[in-house]
Amino acid sequence: MALLEVENLQTHFRSPDGINRAVDGVNFHVNAGETVAIVGESGCGKSVTAMSILRLIPEPPGKIAGAIRFNGRDLLKLSDREMRDIRGNEISMIFQEPMTSLNPVLTVGRQIGETLRLHQGLSAQAAEARAVEMLKLVGIPEPQRRVREYPHQLSGGMRQRVMIAIALACNPKLLIADEPTTALDVTIQAQILDLMRDLKRTVGAAIVIITHDLGVVAEVAERVIVMYAGRKVEEAAVGPLFRSPRHPYTQGLLGSMPKLGSSLTGTETRLQEIPGLVPSLKRKLDGCVFASRCPHATDLCTKVAPALEEKAPGHIAACHYAIKDAVAA
Amino acid sequence: MASASVIDPQGITAANVAVAAPMGDIMPPVKARRGFWGFLYRNPSIAIGGTIVLLMVLMAIFAPLLTYADPTALAPARRTREPSAMYWFGTDMLGRDVYSRVIYGARVSLIVGFSVAVLASVIGLTIGLVSGFVRWADSLVMRVMDGMMSIPPILLAIALMALTRGSVQNVIIAITIAEVPRVSRLVRGVVLSLREQPYVDAAVAAGTRTPVIIWRHILPNTIAPMTVQATFICASAMIVESILSFIGAGTPPIIPSWGNIMAEGRALWQVKPYIVFFPALFLSVTVLAVNLLGDGLRDTLDPRMAKRI
Amino acid sequence: MSTPILEVNDLKKHFPIRGGFFGGVTGQVYAVDGVSFSIAKGETLSLVGESGCGKSTVGKAILQLFPITAGQVILDGKRIDDMAPGTLRPMRRRMQVVFQDPFSSLNPRMRVRDILAEPIRNFGLAKDSADIDRKVGELMDRVRLPRDAVNRWPHEFSGGQRQRICIARALAADPDLIICDEAVSALDVSVKAQIVNLLQDLQKELGLAMLFISHDLAIVEHMTHRVAVMYLGKIVEVAPKRELFAAPKHPYTEALLSAVPVPEPGAQRERIILTGDVPSPIKPPKGCRFHTRCPYAFDRCKQDEPQLRQTEPGHWAACHLHDRPAAENPLAGARGAAVIAHH
Repeated sequence: MALLEVENLQTHFRSPDGINRAVDGVNFHVNAGETVAIVGESGCGKSVTAMSILRLIPEPPGKIAGAIRFNGRDLLKLSDREMRDIRGNEISMIFQEPMTSLNPVLTVGRQIGETLRLHQGLSAQAAEARAVEMLKLVGIPEPQRRVREYPHQLSGGMRQRVMIAIALACNPKLLIADEPTTALDVTIQAQILDLMRDLKRTVGAAIVIITHDLGVVAEVAERVIVMYAGRKVEEAAVGPLFRSPRHPYTQGLLGSMPKLGSSLTGTETRLQEIPGLVPSLKRKLDGCVFASRCPHATDLCTKVAPALEEKAPGHIAACHYAIKDAVAA
Repeated sequence: MASASVIDPQGITAANVAVAAPMGDIMPPVKARRGFWGFLYRNPSIAIGGTIVLLMVLMAIFAPLLTYADPTALAPARRTREPSAMYWFGTDMLGRDVYSRVIYGARVSLIVGFSVAVLASVIGLTIGLVSGFVRWADSLVMRVMDGMMSIPPILLAIALMALTRGSVQNVIIAITIAEVPRVSRLVRGVVLSLREQPYVDAAVAAGTRTPVIIWRHILPNTIAPMTVQATFICASAMIVESILSFIGAGTPPIIPSWGNIMAEGRALWQVKPYIVFFPALFLSVTVLAVNLLGDGLRDTLDPRMAKRI
Repeated sequence: MSTPILEVNDLKKHFPIRGGFFGGVTGQVYAVDGVSFSIAKGETLSLVGESGCGKSTVGKAILQLFPITAGQVILDGKRIDDMAPGTLRPMRRRMQVVFQDPFSSLNPRMRVRDILAEPIRNFGLAKDSADIDRKVGELMDRVRLPRDAVNRWPHEFSGGQRQRICIARALAADPDLIICDEAVSALDVSVKAQIVNLLQDLQKELGLAMLFISHDLAIVEHMTHRVAVMYLGKIVEVAPKRELFAAPKHPYTEALLSAVPVPEPGAQRERIILTGDVPSPIKPPKGCRFHTRCPYAFDRCKQDEPQLRQTEPGHWAACHLHDRPAAENPLAGARGAAVIAHH
């Protein structure tokens, strides 16, 4: 049994001019200790998926349906109290903006200790000792001093380390990281990604990383889920996904990114464009969600929605025309 | 490298493709309400507040048609009658019909409220724009405004009224002076944040002169927060007017205003509470309605501001 | 060589920090602290660096959006930083700007037609209103937007379309130089590609010079002719693109290149992970500003500030390592491929 199983997840929002079907029928699983990336552009539903797992969607106007089984228990059936026991304890989350996710009037130590005292009933001294240990774990120099500092005294990269320390304090089985490095500079991003790779070895939690950056995906993920317009359109292990993407959207995404070092290899070509815009999720979409922007689309695509099919072992995609075996370019 | 060779349309037909199971909706459909009714449905506070304010305005305009007695006619013979079919809200200690006085009283409140809102907005907008754009004027003007703001508006209005004689016009001027600093502060803040907008930088780079920048890029974008602020000033001015009249420093007693009526009924509050009750009720409902309208406007015109306040 | 379209000499911009009861100046932010470069006609120079390095301030200083602290800005041979507003205004036509955020870059209360007509009117580039309409229509064609969209309001467009409007507004003045301040950074990957392609096409069609300010090295490499790397208000390295990516001559450039995540799972590359954070521009470190994070720093770096000097023809770097014998200089060879990773 997988650690997390998401089945037919639908998260819809009511708005004055229609229902926004932000996530519409998403299935995936995460095994214990595995790193899965959910990648897609803004509005594809990747963040809403993450928030839905922790039930952080305000209801109303939102509503979540389907099943989210964590260790076999359906999180959507738990009471609010039971859910609070899971959040920050068995499943924890890191957000994009470390400044707004930390409480500016509490010391770093208090904020790490808070979750420990809440979930594990530690004493104040024990919590502080553990906080120092956590800060050391996430690579903050002089943890004894830093533990008494306030968030504004730390730099952006330090704050994100503190966020990770808080998230890992209770030894969660699953860590959800929503664009954890997007707000950071590239050299700081490199530090944080390095830390996450390290922690994965030492802590062993499963990680779901939500990102729009295919470079970050390639650096940290083992398996990748590509989302478009509220749906999963492709899923594969990281190698095959980048080497032979089956869905035209994934191909388009990879082709639209310039490659670092292109001037050295003489592979500078015009960037591939994905024409048009993401369709409105307030209308019911017939056929393939990507048909309106797909270079290969036919009448069939606009009429019949493709099912997710296994195109190669462990490689699934929702495209009628994606070839169906291991033969790749 | 991404390659198109993993796409192969050969031999794929509607008959042999895997079809995704359609997903149903998990909430009832949203009924699309368009036009005027849709607007009201989405903005109940504008609808309710606006309707009450509109009714009050109509009531003030058509007061002669809605009343059955002269609001100033004295009749000592029928003093302090309880509310009845004959005297709907009763009569006061001089025998004047309270219902007629309350209906006519709406005129003063609304005229004062709207006039102060318009005047204070225009003056405040001018001062705010100047201090937002002229650095040396800024510190000077803002210190003066801070000084004025350190006096509660009601006391400032009372002090100003003490310098002159009671008339509706003077009441409007006094309350406007008391309200201007708040508007200036707001506009200055909005102007300073608008000046930082990239489109203003782009306009400078495009050779636009400063007066045109103010007129074309700054002013139109202050209208939304100004409109919202104007409604709150309107409500506050109506209250201040009533207080001034209540303590005898406002509208002359000859003109019925809600404050006057309450002032006159004050002595009889314990035995004849209705004389105070009805004007107070109308005042509260009107102020509430104007504030409701302001809240609604804030939410629709300026969603960012709604989050801040 | 003909006169460059833009020359920046020892540009400094310090922002005073006000504080205390009387609002006195309590310190300075050394946002830009002595930056020099030039851009030839039709050339793209990229200014790269991390947030707070002063690259956007350089862009705004060139555009004369605020007075500069010291230095010179020379546009096509004419010094513009000390010009009176009246003389400066016609010069502004020759350099235009595209900002990062397509949402706050357009006045929400102006229709597209009026947004595009503003520079045309200001600089007197049209004879009459029919001429303006014709020019606005051409601009819409140039940025591949439908002509009938000119009557719409900014909020009716998506982020990518708004950025096209911003580009059209910049082109409306018929400039020689466009400053793109993180112009594609806020856009989604697929939209980013559309705008990058558009900018490249326009540059070829119109022979524009471009100052491309960005933190995204992959996009920079794709777009640019030359690159200038900034760190804490100073340029640490300038070189033609291929030279810079193949053989970075400043340790900071090398670390930047190695930090960019590349979309190639399992790529073999040498990683240089810088420790610590960028120091505050209020109190920049003595000596070389990068010495607090530099993996190769030695004693001299803490004392002497290195000057930009030529290491190869056209390749300038500010690093003491190049005074050392090649055997003791880790940046002597072509290190680009090793840190970027290529199969």
